[in-house]
Amino acid sequence: MATVSASNIVKRFDEVLAVNGISLAIPDGEFVVLLGPSGCGKTTFLRIICGLERQTSGDLVIDGNIVNDVPPRARGVAMMFQSYGLYPHYTVRNNIAFPLRTQRVSGTEIEKKVKWASRLLGIEFLLDRRPRQLSGGERQRVALARALVREPTALLLDEPLSNLDAKLRASARQEIKQFQRRVGVTTIYVTHDQVEAMALGDRIAVVDHGRIRQIGTPTEIYDEPADRFVATFVGAPPMNLLTHNGACLGFRPENFLPREMMRDGAVTEFWFRVDRYEYLGSERIAYGTIEGFDSTQFITAKLPARIAEESVRPGERHLFAVHRQDLRYFDHDGKRTRGH
Amino acid sequence: MVTIAEPGTKAASRFRYILDRRETLGAIFVAPAILYVLLLVGGPFLLAVYYSISAYTIYDPSWRFVGLVNFAQVIQNPVFLKTLGNTFLFTFGSQLLGLILGKFGAFLLMRPFAGRKIVRALIILPWAVPIALAAVAWEWMFDSLYSVINWSMIALGIIDRSDAPNWLGNPHLAMLCVIIVNAWRFFPFAIVIFLAGITSIPQDIIDAATVDGAGFWRRNYQIVLPLILPIVAVGLIFGIVFTFTDLSIVYLLTNGGPINATSVLAFQGFQVGIVSGDVSHGAAISLFMLPVLLVVVIIVLRFIRRREV
Ligand SMILES: Nc1ncnc2c1ncn2[C@@H]1O[C@H](COP(=O)(O)OP(=O)(O)OP(=O)(O)O)[C@@H](O)[C@H]1O
Ligand SMILES: [Mg+2]
Repeated sequence: MATVSASNIVKRFDEVLAVNGISLAIPDGEFVVLLGPSGCGKTTFLRIICGLERQTSGDLVIDGNIVNDVPPRARGVAMMFQSYGLYPHYTVRNNIAFPLRTQRVSGTEIEKKVKWASRLLGIEFLLDRRPRQLSGGERQRVALARALVREPTALLLDEPLSNLDAKLRASARQEIKQFQRRVGVTTIYVTHDQVEAMALGDRIAVVDHGRIRQIGTPTEIYDEPADRFVATFVGAPPMNLLTHNGACLGFRPENFLPREMMRDGAVTEFWFRVDRYEYLGSERIAYGTIEGFDSTQFITAKLPARIAEESVRPGERHLFAVHRQDLRYFDHDGKRTRGH
Repeated sequence: MVTIAEPGTKAASRFRYILDRRETLGAIFVAPAILYVLLLVGGPFLLAVYYSISAYTIYDPSWRFVGLVNFAQVIQNPVFLKTLGNTFLFTFGSQLLGLILGKFGAFLLMRPFAGRKIVRALIILPWAVPIALAAVAWEWMFDSLYSVINWSMIALGIIDRSDAPNWLGNPHLAMLCVIIVNAWRFFPFAIVIFLAGITSIPQDIIDAATVDGAGFWRRNYQIVLPLILPIVAVGLIFGIVFTFTDLSIVYLLTNGGPINATSVLAFQGFQVGIVSGDVSHGAAISLFMLPVLLVVVIIVLRFIRRREV
């Protein structure tokens, strides 16, 4: 368990600038999520941390030591790959034992630790099977056990849940979180799923084109996005943006409600014309346009499902409003500004 | 009228799509291969089996059945016993050398470097060049007077002109020579096998091993080798069977000499059966290793099947 800190890491593959100056300091035991769209350099950054890839420039410090030229085996970090990378010719027991064998741990100690790791993840009954005899969820747990068994300085997880079905994903998410709390290992978790990021991260780093756009707690990322990219990447549906004189006004769909539902406080009013509804059980998403603004710009409103569709009919305009404190302003570069 | 017409249409449609059925189409496609094997491999093989248990020679082409007498006589011949030993040495020596060269070659060709594609194409040459041509070139290299190898070693001061080895004249060196040439011929095949095996391993597995703390050797011997073992085993079967039954290098390079030092089963079978005309003994010599090869092949195939479950 250790601190991990990266300063201005750059990685260039020929013409492609995969990582473009990432700086990130992670205190001991923190759970950091790297969130970003496909191809933004998340995997590359993880591979640099564990030493599979050498950064073009920048320093990487693990546990107080600069490890730029330290080979993977001496860094003591563990990585769980997107496809798990289990050794198909070994049993689960030997898969988990492998990282210990490379460290020349004694046989009895190996046995003890394999037992510990497999009990931690509830896979003791799988120890004599081979990877291809396991389900996706079981494989994931074996991979996690293998990553944890030698008590790594840091745990790197590259989209570990992307191979699981939606239901299993939710429970696996829960498990990873609880488990990380219990073990207290410094963790870097990569995903492009913002729900996963919000649910898991102590802090989230939003990455785009090899750069960190914003780093903060889930609440900070959601409520105080640093720029338009973060504002629209996090949240489903994303934040509404209204362009006006080059600058941009943003508000979350759940804060955009019929005027009559708002009681007090300062509000800004808009005439909203609903085009169609999407019913999602607990809520109803309204898609439409705001009068006086570009009609190609679709605006969404997230209404509680208890509001009957009849109160705001599709095709008719209706007075909607947003609380002033829920409005966010962005300048023409997309950067957040204080507002008017 | 409809009831009368119906059976007719049904019968037509039954044969109309007959070629779409797996069983029919499969049988048609496989038939040429099976015919080929039966006519060109199975026929001669059965003929050879019969020769080996008959008294057939080209001077006395009788089909008289003599049982295992030919085999008994062959075993009593000291030259045959020597040949048997030579065959094992030749086969396993050249396969081992070929595999080692193949593994190294594959590792070198895995790394990207300028001109890799050309080298990859060139490396296949030993395999593609007609063996008769290659053997002539090698003969010159091992020649007692003009040997390039000796010339180079003398020029480099490694050996003295007076004790330059006579490669093909010395029994031990001659065996080494045929082993080297056969390994040289086999190693491109080994490279291809290793390359195919190694590139089929998902990169994540190799990366996982690296992060788990495995160095180069451990990665190779505990991860890569076990994973490519099935495909290497298949390659090895090919190599062993072909080498066991091959006479071309020995025939072209040493003609079995000096004093039978490099005589192998296929070569001796050819000498006795074709050159000397004693077909039945030649057949017995050639077929002698069949049971052994069969057992080896079955064991290896079993092993692969078990690994794949
Ligand atoms: N070995 C490589 N050689 C050349 N370019 C590469 C290499 N690895 C990655 N890249 C490029 O670097 C960029 C970042 O890739 P990376 O795999 O880090 O993305 P990612 O954020 O993990 O994406 P995803 O969410 O799809 O996994 C991509 O544009 C990719 O094409
Ligand atoms: Mg990735």
